[in-house]
Amino acid sequence: MTRLPVKKTYKLFVGGAFPRSESGRTYEAEGQNVARGSRKDARDAVQAARKAQAGWAAATAYNRGQVLYRLAEMVEARTAEFAELCSGSDEVERTIDRIVWYAGWSDKLPQVLGGSNPVAGPYFNFTVPEPTGVVAVLAPEEPALLGLVSRLVPPLVGGNAVVAVASESHPLAAIELAEAIATSDLPGGVVNILTGRRGEIAPTLASHMDVNAIDLCGADGDGRELEELAAENVKRIVHGRADTQSPWEISSYLELKTVWHPIGQ
Amino acid sequence: MTEVDRRQDRAPVPTDWTYAPAPESRDIVRLAERYGHFIGGEWADPAETYGTIAPRDEEVLAQVGQGTEQDVDAAVTAARDAFANGWSELPGSERAKYLFRIARILQERSREFAVLESLNGGKPIKESRDVDLPLAAAHFFYYAGWADKLEYAFPNRQPKPVGVAGQIIPWNFPLLMLAWKIAPALACGNTVVLKPAETTPLTALLFCDVLRQAELPAGVVNIVTGDGRTGAAIVDHPDVDKIAFTGSTEVGKAIQRRLAGTGKKLTLELGGKAANIVFDDSALDQAVEGIVNGIYFNQGHVCCAGSRLFAQESIVEPLVDKLKQRLETLRVGDPLDKNTDVGAINSKMQLDKITELVAAGKEEGAEIYQPPCRLPEKGYWFAPTVFTNVAQSYRIAQEEIFGPVLSVLTFRTPEEAVEKANNTPYGLSAGVWTEKGSRILWMAQQMRAGVVWANTFNRFDPSSPFGGYKESGFGREGGLHGLEPYLRFEE
Amino acid sequence: MAQAPALPTGFELPLEPRLPRIGSVDAVALEERGASLAKRSIKKEAKVFALELAIRCIDLTTLEGSDTPGKAAALCSKAVRPDPSDPNVPSCAAVCVYENLVPTCVERLRGTGVHVASVATGFPSGQYPTDLKVADARRAVELGADEVDMVIDRGAFLSGRYAKVYDEIVKVKEAVGKAHLKVILETGELGTYDNVRRASLLAMAAGADFIKTSTGKIPSAATLPVALCMLEAIRDVHHETGRVVGFKPAGGVRAAKQAVQHLILVHETLGADWLTPDRYRIGASSLLNDVLMQLRKEKTGAYQNPDYFTID
Repeated sequence: MTRLPVKKTYKLFVGGAFPRSESGRTYEAEGQNVARGSRKDARDAVQAARKAQAGWAAATAYNRGQVLYRLAEMVEARTAEFAELCSGSDEVERTIDRIVWYAGWSDKLPQVLGGSNPVAGPYFNFTVPEPTGVVAVLAPEEPALLGLVSRLVPPLVGGNAVVAVASESHPLAAIELAEAIATSDLPGGVVNILTGRRGEIAPTLASHMDVNAIDLCGADGDGRELEELAAENVKRIVHGRADTQSPWEISSYLELKTVWHPIGQ
Repeated sequence: MTEVDRRQDRAPVPTDWTYAPAPESRDIVRLAERYGHFIGGEWADPAETYGTIAPRDEEVLAQVGQGTEQDVDAAVTAARDAFANGWSELPGSERAKYLFRIARILQERSREFAVLESLNGGKPIKESRDVDLPLAAAHFFYYAGWADKLEYAFPNRQPKPVGVAGQIIPWNFPLLMLAWKIAPALACGNTVVLKPAETTPLTALLFCDVLRQAELPAGVVNIVTGDGRTGAAIVDHPDVDKIAFTGSTEVGKAIQRRLAGTGKKLTLELGGKAANIVFDDSALDQAVEGIVNGIYFNQGHVCCAGSRLFAQESIVEPLVDKLKQRLETLRVGDPLDKNTDVGAINSKMQLDKITELVAAGKEEGAEIYQPPCRLPEKGYWFAPTVFTNVAQSYRIAQEEIFGPVLSVLTFRTPEEAVEKANNTPYGLSAGVWTEKGSRILWMAQQMRAGVVWANTFNRFDPSSPFGGYKESGFGREGGLHGLEPYLRFEE
Repeated sequence: MAQAPALPTGFELPLEPRLPRIGSVDAVALEERGASLAKRSIKKEAKVFALELAIRCIDLTTLEGSDTPGKAAALCSKAVRPDPSDPNVPSCAAVCVYENLVPTCVERLRGTGVHVASVATGFPSGQYPTDLKVADARRAVELGADEVDMVIDRGAFLSGRYAKVYDEIVKVKEAVGKAHLKVILETGELGTYDNVRRASLLAMAAGADFIKTSTGKIPSAATLPVALCMLEAIRDVHHETGRVVGFKPAGGVRAAKQAVQHLILVHETLGADWLTPDRYRIGASSLLNDVLMQLRKEKTGAYQNPDYFTID
């Protein structure tokens, strides 16, 4: 007698938990019923991200690097599962290597992006990068895993919290990633992943006044309407590429703070 | 018998010392009756003009052009030609030498520019002379040095100029903002179409004569004057590759919307409502100077002005006492008088806005203090103002007033100070006053603002990046970071 | 003006209405404020006012080992009538000399309104036993000095023995009785503005009628930021207690322009009430002739030559 396997329910990842869409809706993708996140789910995700962001930013850079490295370990452990959900083990390996590469940046960024400035006067003046806050990411349709990770990790390294909208046609890898994240040491809420119709969720994130930056990588068309919405609170707008690896990807989600102090006896 | 009595027969002791007027001569400035737009190295006659005035007495100084879409198009075309035909190909070392020349000429003609800046803008001559002009020249000098070193600033990134930069600047630091915009743009190999503010076009127009003296190739810098319509034409022009805007958050948002989907690069330096936080252990007399410099410098027409004073409750009384006493010594009056500390409000429109917000403050229940000072009858003036008993919810504590108006609020603990200071959509600057080193660094870390002045305020330097968090804009001006908005990278 | 010390012990300001506050000083901001006030442009009648006021506030000083009765007598004549060719030019406030020359000056200045000030307490070092310093000050008054310029014990101050510094001032104050006591901090030896502020408050709490920057015997003396720092301390004491304490920059003020800058500092820190020799003095020797030259230039419009002004 063959055993009937237990099938997975594909849910959202919000605030470290795996809720169904509050709307009760799903849609079919890759042969599965996947949660169809609503505008309200997007709002909950932003709230969770905001709540988690300060703590994540306050963690030492060394700690953030270790946590992200741990995420690479978790993905590595699930290589076989991920390979089934994307273009194959090659994409998974590149994904893992990319996470490791970015993990190493966490405690090097301030030295590369900041520094001290020789002002003409008795002042010590220095510039440091800081996270911009909550970042919304529209992941590209493909590559399902590497695309999401390439867009998700740069804002994370710098201390931001992220609300990512998964590939609409290939969402399963994103959900698998959420499960890897849940078992890594990333605090709940630092990464939130929504599945569903991008056209429905994206405008909510673009117009949300508590989102500081938005990556329109996966946006449909030129993103004009989303950009217009994003202007309402002067969001930082990024048109990210699906498969890229650079410290400047991280700096897109960083603010530069310059501090002055007199030098005197 | 006091000494004074004993000497009375010989030398009566006057009791008051009134400083005699010490006006800077305006003869050094020669103004034309009418100015056109500076396009392709030539003066283009404007179809329509308006009078630009001196806010100290509403004297009409000159007629300047109201730039049309055609004027902007001509300017962009000239900039594109200059970009394609030489400028972008010029070795960085040669571009540098033009910028060095500009810096030197500004230094040589600094008094002339300072007088004109004060005349057209209303700011005290001591500020235009000691702050605006030296800093403007320093900016050109600083960025001149970068022009042939870009690959060291951005290793492995192959920096290339963006193309034609459209730049729209405000009226509070007319020439300095021009320098902040033009110097990095040219250093990176771009060409420029710049629109000075509607009310303060004259130093930008005089700057065209500096360009002539520096023999800058025609079309590399084009200046089109006019109001918001001219600015919109620059933003909308399809052949502009990059927009740099300094001004209000409202207009900044409109520009960001207009550029949606165009792929044009954008930097915004917008409004602010900076907190200036004074702890009870701070050097109080110097903190008072910092507060005064923070909000009355340039009549408070400063986007990073310290308009919200947060005083620790344990010292709020002596601090406010000292502040009020200090306000009495502020000399409000003729911008061209060398002893003037607070000059004229830039425009009627701005004066109305300040007046309206101050009335709102009184109505909401804040207590107003203004030192006794006689304001001139003609022109636009507003007395230095302090509001006490201000609640976080009052409009004067929330909205950018952009005038010499300070709101005093209080806090009890560092954490409360941080919460209140960050409780604004803006995030341009912040001030912290404490003698405790670890607290300075903690506070500096907590401020959601692009510039944090600790035990000082309103300091600027070309090597120091400047720009905002949140709705105060994005992108940085100044320093190495100020190059990036004017480059594209072929990584 | 002589009032009881604000506090019997220590030098903190009164506990009420708020905690004692010595406070600190930010050097960079203080120097910037000093430099910015120095840029005031004083012209025409305002300048004449300032120059005449400067003369009225000068403690015309000679403090040399080579001083003789002859030198002191000449100084007195100059102080009474700084510019013999212009009777409108006022007299100086005082002459300031070593104790030995006090009798000569008292003799010469009787009835002129110009005071005799004597340095005392082991000037300039202050490195003598307390009883000698007190006796020194008392003797100066017995010899006829109207004012006594004492030095604080910088050694004690810098080694943290504030009570010793305080007690000495209290004792000297007692010893000089009704004579005006100016307390010299010798700021150039104190190292920091924080120390200048501390020493200022200490001297005022101990009963100083005036606080004075320097002996004039070391290079770093009455700089604008030091003066500003002390003026702010005076302002605080006045604000907290109502006590009026005078200020005397001394040493390094040689040019009329510097004197005017010092006056601007007082004017914009303590207000016009302090623009009187009762509350403000400038300790100087060569300054007077430069002021006279500038004054005549203002009156005649012509730049002057030093030979038209008597050396003493």
